[in-house]
Amino acid sequence: MAVTTVSTAELAPRAHPVRGRRWRPGSAAAQLFMIVMAVLWLTPIVFSFYIALRPKSETDRLGYVSLPHHLTLQNFTDAWTQSDMWRFFLNSVYVTVPAVIVTLFLASCFAYAVSRLSLRFNIPLLILFTAGNLLPQQVLITPLYRIYLAIHLPVWMTGSGLLYNSILGLIVINTSFQLGFCVFVLSNYMKTIPREMDEAAIMDGASLWTRFWRLTLPMCRPALAALATLLTTWIYNDFFWAITLISTGNKRPITSALANLQGQFVTNQNMITAAALLAAIPTLVVYLLLQKQFIAGLTLGSTKG
Amino acid sequence: MLTRRDKLTVAAMIGVPLLLDAAFVWIPALASVFLSFTKWTGVGSLHIKPCSEFPSAPGIPQPGCLYGVQNYKQAVTIYPDFWPAVQHNAIWLLVFILIATPLGMLFAVIIDRGIKGSRIYQSVLYLPVMLSLALIGIIWELIYANNYGLINTVIGRNGNDNLIDWLGNPHLNLWALLVEASWRQAGYVMVLYLAGLKAVDPSLREASLVDGANPWQTFWRVVFPAMRPINIVVLVVTVIESLRAFDLVYITSKGNPLRGLELLSVAVTQNIVGETQRIGFGSALGVILLVISLVPISVFLYQTFRREER
Repeated sequence: MAVTTVSTAELAPRAHPVRGRRWRPGSAAAQLFMIVMAVLWLTPIVFSFYIALRPKSETDRLGYVSLPHHLTLQNFTDAWTQSDMWRFFLNSVYVTVPAVIVTLFLASCFAYAVSRLSLRFNIPLLILFTAGNLLPQQVLITPLYRIYLAIHLPVWMTGSGLLYNSILGLIVINTSFQLGFCVFVLSNYMKTIPREMDEAAIMDGASLWTRFWRLTLPMCRPALAALATLLTTWIYNDFFWAITLISTGNKRPITSALANLQGQFVTNQNMITAAALLAAIPTLVVYLLLQKQFIAGLTLGSTKG
Repeated sequence: MLTRRDKLTVAAMIGVPLLLDAAFVWIPALASVFLSFTKWTGVGSLHIKPCSEFPSAPGIPQPGCLYGVQNYKQAVTIYPDFWPAVQHNAIWLLVFILIATPLGMLFAVIIDRGIKGSRIYQSVLYLPVMLSLALIGIIWELIYANNYGLINTVIGRNGNDNLIDWLGNPHLNLWALLVEASWRQAGYVMVLYLAGLKAVDPSLREASLVDGANPWQTFWRVVFPAMRPINIVVLVVTVIESLRAFDLVYITSKGNPLRGLELLSVAVTQNIVGETQRIGFGSALGVILLVISLVPISVFLYQTFRREER
């Protein structure tokens, strides 16, 4: 069976049409359609920037759809200083960085074991992980909530003394939940690496760990980079786990904290929007710098031939 | 072949991830099934005895007990949010299948043909995929706002006497959120199909065109069937995403689900984070979600792992 994983280069649009074409009305219509759609697609984002840049007093007087008298960053600085935004960002870092690293590490280990060794339960194990990642989170949440309340940990580890309402708890659930997808992608990727490499290393007396860590893992770098980008975005954007498993407002990562800020700034939509856009900065950085990695990650798991 | 040390390594490499996946994904999923047959407020312990053995007296909290299929019965008969939620989840799925998916596919086909500016179109159209749904909910409020909003101003319905309450009106708000959700979903589908289209052997398309088929026929009779694996992935993603729909409703409703926006996922959450927890009832709703989601999951697993068994 051939497993094709899409490399980042293949994901770029074709430079040339499949065949040379004369001008046809079809392409003009397509061009027009895409222009309209692109404008529609950008409108909400551009519009929200525009509102965030205007003082509330002005939009209260003139409405949102009006020419600007003042454009100012005041809403952004106010949103930042009048809330604990730095703390929410820090929480996001504390959750996202360890969760991404641990998920990739554990998923690589697991994927290596099931794709390189002929174990009896390879396929059932892979099915278990893949299916687990596809479950809606809400299927798990009720028992998970009780489990989190039941697991007691030393206060120095979690602050709350429980897995519930702790940063560690969020790392654990994000890691466990995303493992399935990464195992699926990485095991497919590792199958495309020739087995002969492993066999040669065995002749040289390399241990299993050396073969995994020194030989296989470096060859998975493109897949790991794509997955890291994707996981960072997903975990950073997580809303559900943090809303249900964190009860204290100032322990929430930034994405879920937007729900608190919405309550705090309830009378000032311009400032809420500014806060939301500030929260999007890391994802926008990923978008600008790592677009291809992100897309590659999304499609890595889906194209199998 | 494996030394003793290698065997220990393998055990750890498999054991640790398996333990996490079991403890925090599969045990909760199975526990949902068990808890759905109980009645429990989360206060006091859970007994493996029928509820009839614990007389309920006012003021004395009943301990957890076995409740049979009563939770399911209550859900479908007296729980007011249940049928609206089912209906809304079904509408969500239909809109994703009938609008967001074809739109995403169309974007992919046009971009794949390499029209001028296709790189820019691609970047613009998938930008929403990177944004969190919480952020999407917040920025779309500006579009839908009653007096100041973009739509009401443009169509001249922003006076207090004639305004359209897009997010508050229970007949409109689901559709308003579906526009937001499709705005994101179409870009996701586009990215998947772009990869799918590139995986199709170009000679198939050429051959079909040489045989005299027009591009429309070529796409539906040759290219689309050749993308079967991607079609299944898109189908699975579509169903699962419409069952998971939660964040947009939560943000738009400011935590207190508005009428017109009832969803199964929201109902599950309300039964555990509310002041009176109904663990058994919430689990029963979760199990209903589980059963529905197992259909696309099985299709995907069958398609993916069938060939490996051989």
